[in-house]
Amino acid sequence: MNLKTKNLKTDILIIGGGTAGCFAALKIAENSEAKVIIAEKANVRRSGCLAAGVNALNAYIVKGQTPETYLTYVRNDAEGVIREDLVYTIAQRLNDVTKKVEELGLVILKDEAGEYVSRGNRNIKINGENIKPILADAVAKHPNVTVINRINIIDYIVQEGKIVGAYGFSLDTAVLYVISAKAVICTTGGAAGLYKSNNPGFSKHKMWYSPFNTGAGYAMGIRAGAEMTTFEMRFIALRCKDTIAPTGTIAQGVGAQQINSSGEEYEKKYGAPKTSVRMYSTVMENRSGKGPCYLKTVGITEEQEGDLYKAYLNMAPAQTLRWLENGKGPASDNVEIEGTEPYIVGGHTGSGYWVDTNRATTIRGLYAAGDVAGGSPQKYVTGCFAEGEIAAVSALRYIQGIIPTVPSMQEAEEKLRSVNQYLQGAPGLYTAEDIEEAMQKVMDDYAGGISTGYAFNSRKLQVARERIRELLRISYQLKATDLHQLMFIYEVVDRLYVCETLIGHLEARQETRWPSFQENADYPAKDDEKWLKFVNSRYVNGKVNIVLRDLVKKDDIYEHNDR
Amino acid sequence: MSIMIDSQKCVGCGKCRQVCPGSLLYVDSRGKTEMKYPKECWGCTSCVKECNFNAIKYYLGADMGGKGSFLYTKQEGQLLHWIIVAPDGSEKQITIDKSQANAY
Repeated sequence: MNLKTKNLKTDILIIGGGTAGCFAALKIAENSEAKVIIAEKANVRRSGCLAAGVNALNAYIVKGQTPETYLTYVRNDAEGVIREDLVYTIAQRLNDVTKKVEELGLVILKDEAGEYVSRGNRNIKINGENIKPILADAVAKHPNVTVINRINIIDYIVQEGKIVGAYGFSLDTAVLYVISAKAVICTTGGAAGLYKSNNPGFSKHKMWYSPFNTGAGYAMGIRAGAEMTTFEMRFIALRCKDTIAPTGTIAQGVGAQQINSSGEEYEKKYGAPKTSVRMYSTVMENRSGKGPCYLKTVGITEEQEGDLYKAYLNMAPAQTLRWLENGKGPASDNVEIEGTEPYIVGGHTGSGYWVDTNRATTIRGLYAAGDVAGGSPQKYVTGCFAEGEIAAVSALRYIQGIIPTVPSMQEAEEKLRSVNQYLQGAPGLYTAEDIEEAMQKVMDDYAGGISTGYAFNSRKLQVARERIRELLRISYQLKATDLHQLMFIYEVVDRLYVCETLIGHLEARQETRWPSFQENADYPAKDDEKWLKFVNSRYVNGKVNIVLRDLVKKDDIYEHNDR
Repeated sequence: MSIMIDSQKCVGCGKCRQVCPGSLLYVDSRGKTEMKYPKECWGCTSCVKECNFNAIKYYLGADMGGKGSFLYTKQEGQLLHWIIVAPDGSEKQITIDKSQANAY
């Protein structure tokens, strides 16, 4: 098989039709005549993190709270290392995007006075099973937005220091698309599958985090030389055992506490209840032989149990199936919990592109929103909507008066050759799956995975870097016999680039304040001077170059003055 | 977690193939849909909900405690019925009204 090129042209190319990408497209369509292409790896109807649904909106300014209190919560949870300008501009828009998604058809629970019913200080209750079809239908209504499903974008087109489009191949026909655009918005989601998973065999994937988010957006940016931030702030989720279904629904829904095998509530022993501490405390209880750990649900009412069955069917059906299959629900059996493998995901923690306040990356013409944009943790669904809108407005402003760059034929031919080399010649010794397994084992053993209790040190990271580089070299010899296998190759290559950058960041942050998420055993002590900085990087000539940058305050307008 | 497609029930309409977020479903030589990469499935049930012929069974892998039960869904206007079938054939049904928000 050999691919052939096909040229497409648009004003704004959005890579990834998920949470942030769909809202970016809607914003552009509602405010301009600009032509938009959404290039989607699967099908917008059920692609990305929201495929199965979502059971609450976790970022909303409820009555009595303000964007400022939201900012304070995010700042405290991340021990101060956040881009306040980014978090605040998101927080200001959370309620507007919520209203918008409700108008599009999302069911949100209201009380008798017509107010949203909150779950805690920042969450509201919804029925989000069909949130993705709602977004897909909304996007489809706009004639200026073209959705191309089943296209795997592999690299940006960079000319004269600007991003002027992207290359991607179809999963259905032997075509390499050369898409030229005046501006590109990257909304590809984060990176799963870097580390060995809890159940590394048949059930390696689960309903969190989307395994099809393979870090493509990060990897394309890394290869293009964009500045990245805070990869070292990994996200490790505390989840229901095996199914990796969310625990917040149980913890907040029925007020279940975390207990160890003796029934002791252990969380408070480990400090203030932050996201990383909830996780870390569970790791420590297990390490000291007090596991398994549970959410204490025994004694909840039959009605509460029934409501939990429904809530999980609306977002993580495996958990309900597990309860029913076991013949024991949460009312009679506490729910065992465990930590996942680490992910790089900017919607939860701070990893991603280093953007200015308008969400422009350090390369002209490229914008980022959602899980790929760094510096602003705890975005969740509504934060990704808001950030998609901000990036859309900025991209629209940027394309005014821009004359589209015609992509270089020669570069497109070169790209075509590099794709086709995977499709030619006899199969090699290894498959993409072999490389993936090797990568996950290296990261698990040497870069703070589950089996080492998430901690690492400099010597280990050196080993990890060497091995990841070897695997990257080997990966260029991989062969594919069909387009799906070709996608598997690109996915593992992208993950390897993300791993290399991640290792550079883990090494560079010589402090420890996010237990489990980032625990450098060489530097356990606190040191504010080292801590209150951003660890950023650029990939130059095959090397991760680290730069440290200052924190940015709430009302600052951050611009890239040295890009 | 993964799915198994009952080729007796599958009519090859392709609705499930279109929506799979991992593009894991392909058409086989008989025009039916097959799960080509069962280990790559993350259990989102998007395909299950698209199928009007109850041909797709969603189950938990044995490595995560699966015991042979499976589930499928039936759409009825605003109602989504989830049917869980035990290995002995007995069924349990949970119905969700899509116009109602979650209690939690």
